[in-house]
Amino acid sequence: MDLVKLTIDNTPVVVEQGTTVLEAARSVGVDIPTLCYMKLDDLEFENKPGGCRVCVVEVEGRRNLAPSCKTACDEGMVVNTHSVRAINARRTVMELILSDHPFECLVCAKSGKCDLQSLAQDLGIREIHYQGEKSHYKGDESPAIIREMDKCIMCRRCETACNDVQTVGTLSAIYRGFESVVAPAFEMDLDHTNCTFCGQCVAVCPTGALIERDYTWQVMDAIVNPKKRVIVQTAPAVRAALGEEFGLEPGTLVTGKMVTALRKIGFDHVFDTDFAADLTIMEEGTELLGRLNKFLEGDKDVKLPMLTSCCPAWVNFFEHHFPEMKDIPSTAKSPQQMFGAIAKTYFANQLKVKREDLVVVSVMPCLAKKYEASREEFSANGDADVNISITTRELAQMIKNANLKFTDLPNDDFDRPMGESSGAGVIFGTTGGVIEAAVRTAYELHTDKELARVDFKELRGFEGIRSATIDFDGLPINIGIAHGLGNARTLLNDIKEGKSEFHAIEIMACPGGCIGGGGQPYHHGDVTVLKRRQKAIYQEDAGKSIRKSHENPYIQKLYTEFLGEPCGEKSHELLHTHYFDKKKKIEI
Amino acid sequence: MVKYKKQIRIALRNCGFINPENVDEYIVREGYAALGNALTNMTPEEVIDVIKNSGLRGRGGGGFPTGLKWELTRKVDADQKYVVCNADEGDPGAFMDRSILEGDPHTVLEAMAINGYCTGASKGLIYIRAEYPLAIKRLKIAIDQAREYGLLGEDIFGTNFSFDVELRYGAGAFVCGEETALIHSMEGLRGEPTVKPPFPSESGYKGMPTNVNNVETYANIPVILLKGADWFSSIGTEKSKGTKVFALAGKVNNVGLIEVPMGTTLREVIFDIGGGIKDGKKFKAVQTGGPSGGCLTENHLDISIDYDNLIASGSMMGSGGMIVMDEDDCMVSMAKFYLDFTVEESCGKCSPCRIGNKRLYEMLDTITQGKGTLEDLSKLRNLANVVKDTSLCGLGQTSPNPVLSTMDNFLDEYMAHVKDGKCPSGQCKALMSYIINADACVGCTLCARVCPVDAISGEKKMAHLIDDDACIKCGACMDKCKFGAIFIQ
Repeated sequence: MDLVKLTIDNTPVVVEQGTTVLEAARSVGVDIPTLCYMKLDDLEFENKPGGCRVCVVEVEGRRNLAPSCKTACDEGMVVNTHSVRAINARRTVMELILSDHPFECLVCAKSGKCDLQSLAQDLGIREIHYQGEKSHYKGDESPAIIREMDKCIMCRRCETACNDVQTVGTLSAIYRGFESVVAPAFEMDLDHTNCTFCGQCVAVCPTGALIERDYTWQVMDAIVNPKKRVIVQTAPAVRAALGEEFGLEPGTLVTGKMVTALRKIGFDHVFDTDFAADLTIMEEGTELLGRLNKFLEGDKDVKLPMLTSCCPAWVNFFEHHFPEMKDIPSTAKSPQQMFGAIAKTYFANQLKVKREDLVVVSVMPCLAKKYEASREEFSANGDADVNISITTRELAQMIKNANLKFTDLPNDDFDRPMGESSGAGVIFGTTGGVIEAAVRTAYELHTDKELARVDFKELRGFEGIRSATIDFDGLPINIGIAHGLGNARTLLNDIKEGKSEFHAIEIMACPGGCIGGGGQPYHHGDVTVLKRRQKAIYQEDAGKSIRKSHENPYIQKLYTEFLGEPCGEKSHELLHTHYFDKKKKIEI
Repeated sequence: MVKYKKQIRIALRNCGFINPENVDEYIVREGYAALGNALTNMTPEEVIDVIKNSGLRGRGGGGFPTGLKWELTRKVDADQKYVVCNADEGDPGAFMDRSILEGDPHTVLEAMAINGYCTGASKGLIYIRAEYPLAIKRLKIAIDQAREYGLLGEDIFGTNFSFDVELRYGAGAFVCGEETALIHSMEGLRGEPTVKPPFPSESGYKGMPTNVNNVETYANIPVILLKGADWFSSIGTEKSKGTKVFALAGKVNNVGLIEVPMGTTLREVIFDIGGGIKDGKKFKAVQTGGPSGGCLTENHLDISIDYDNLIASGSMMGSGGMIVMDEDDCMVSMAKFYLDFTVEESCGKCSPCRIGNKRLYEMLDTITQGKGTLEDLSKLRNLANVVKDTSLCGLGQTSPNPVLSTMDNFLDEYMAHVKDGKCPSGQCKALMSYIINADACVGCTLCARVCPVDAISGEKKMAHLIDDDACIKCGACMDKCKFGAIFIQ
């Protein structure tokens, strides 16, 4: 690789050809401010339209200021990032952006976590010299995502996430000039589009333009209602990220403190979605073995590879984009919904309460879970199996509302029966985890032998598409893994063209899996945050005494007392679902 | 007549002389001879050398040396390359490209084929705005006829060179005249520019090397090849060769398209060719370069028109718009008028252009309302400079030109609006008052009867009075008054 020499703020720099001025500057400690720019290394996310113009620098001999995020270093280049001209331009541009922004910071959901706000602070903007008309757009409130586009600064990060990374194509810039904004075509509500509610647009939005729909007060209403028994389930990825909302390092496991906090908030029973993840493995693993056995017996109609179905954004994705393949994914419900179904039957019976009087709340790293919970097929007589789904961020807000000093809370354990889980249930929270959990159980069920090792490191990692062949005692099982819907699309197209040689594929919609979900604390473009969360998940798994779903005694008990056998009649009624062709749902 | 004597027709050579719907008439006037000669007697390098030596520069506004652009596209190694003709003429009042396409479509096709031969492209695309139906119709006819004659298609002139042309329609967005935005629009994407580099010559249409020139540039190519680089470079100035077509408009006696050698002075264009200012009024300014050009004054009348001189004087060549203003024109309003256009036409991608132009417009509006302050003037200048300095593409980088050039050349007018609350040209309605001279008014009541907002009161045969607050300055009263009793202050 050719090297180029240049000077940035009088500091000589040598970088590889093709390096941008921004990257070169950061390599020598010159921190040029950016706004629209965002890059997630290893996750195929790069947004640099060169649109905000905050990162402009002065390059000697160049007529105009140069956007450092888009300008490649040249031999002999002399860059000044803080000349009066550059600073004045940067501040003026920032004032312009602020002049078209509603000054609602004190009551904005993003306050304190807003990239625009922190940049304004960093630049020390104290006055907006250029005031004028502000743009106004149609609002949009779906069950999962709220769009307040008056707060949009046209950074286009959401568009990159939606189009380039997820290949969903719901969001794009519409109108032009001062009126331009990112929106679905014809400014339709997200509800009426092919949006999967993966929430990656929310995860990268620098401002409060895209946020989750907040259900914390519905949860409080239920808790204070004496007629209701309120139980909560928490997804695996939540415990690996919640601490960040309270200043803890990313990757700090806060399972025990979270349980204490939930009790103190007033939930009657604090359970773990991991329990339902174990249950999912029992069902999904059995289903996979069933399909494999049929395949080995020569059944040509059997659908292989089997695709996982725990991720609700992924389910939305294939219903909208690949409805012709809707019989390929496992019919097993997601852990959230399995939990809801069991809670409203088995557990309600134990408590001797009517299902309508039992309120099931889920804490999820996810926005699509809000949508999933609202799906009609996941309810009985109008009563949803999961009544309210909130995000990691909303839980943090509830903890703050309850005046709890989170970091000082003691550790506590989940309640039984639905709080017991294996390490396999925990790793559901990261890419590769669901399939690893499935392999741990499917192997032992298929071979009747005990696994020599439970850690399948070949299935772990951050690469967008991964594959591995696992030896099921002489039977090689080809496993595929994709995270990010764009990668999922690649694998689906392979299946469609008959090129896929996988037996089972795990798909998670969000880059990194649930640890990078749309409901998690904001990563602000720092991919190491996700990597540290992933590490924490595997750490929790390693620390568990039970590592395989089928060894969870409460799961075994559930089958003996209530369900019968995996994929049996009762299971099919409660734990399996069917999918819809939503391709034609797009209305104009 | 002086009006014609000072003009040379190169780009417009065939317009009006041939039936554009008949390829034979083009051929009779040496049409396709340049292509034939290039294909059979010259190497691509030789053709490029002629273009380079001719000194031809891009007529779309950028003024980039055409031969060099061709060479850059040629040098990139790729399986597929494209030749694009930018026919997205968007400057208000400019219609030189339309005239060429309507009057001489084959010259563009011939030049594109020559370019294809030079750069190694087999496919040409003309991006033309859908608002040019006649040009589209004639291009379609021309393409069909050229194909029929074997002038487009496989093995042209019996050589192994193949080339064909297709049309792509634009929806009339001004910014799509910017080459990267144009390419995105052709690709079916939002018509937005992207940061250069990469230039289209490296990565253009569908990521392939693409040569983009505008209509007028192409129209020069066949003649240059026929008459030689020396002939072409003998016309014009040291750094700007050949002729330029201008759309002369505004307060001159003769308006329309003119084609003059580079180096002609503004005075010659306005007074000799344009026949001077209408109604014997006094010349005030000329705006060159379309909506993003600058306003030049009497002091600039004797500069010779070429790319570099215009930029040095604070304006630009642009695609050749030229609008003449007289003493009645208010320069603040003029700047506001142009900003109104660029605000509408900004794509919205970069913040300085999206928001900055809007704020510039709003400040100018405040000033024309008489509500501006001295501080506004310094803010206006700072913002105009920042928008120019930080915008992503040529649109935002030039849109503040009308503001900056009028501030440079007509600061007194800005000061009059801001300090004295007066519009010296009497154009800013908010700053003028209609007043009835009580001595001249006979009380005929006609003015009161025509006033659409009942702002005029007075008894019959008594002097009338206009309520300035209610008055909307429509001027109907002054037009009707038979006694000259109403005047503007």
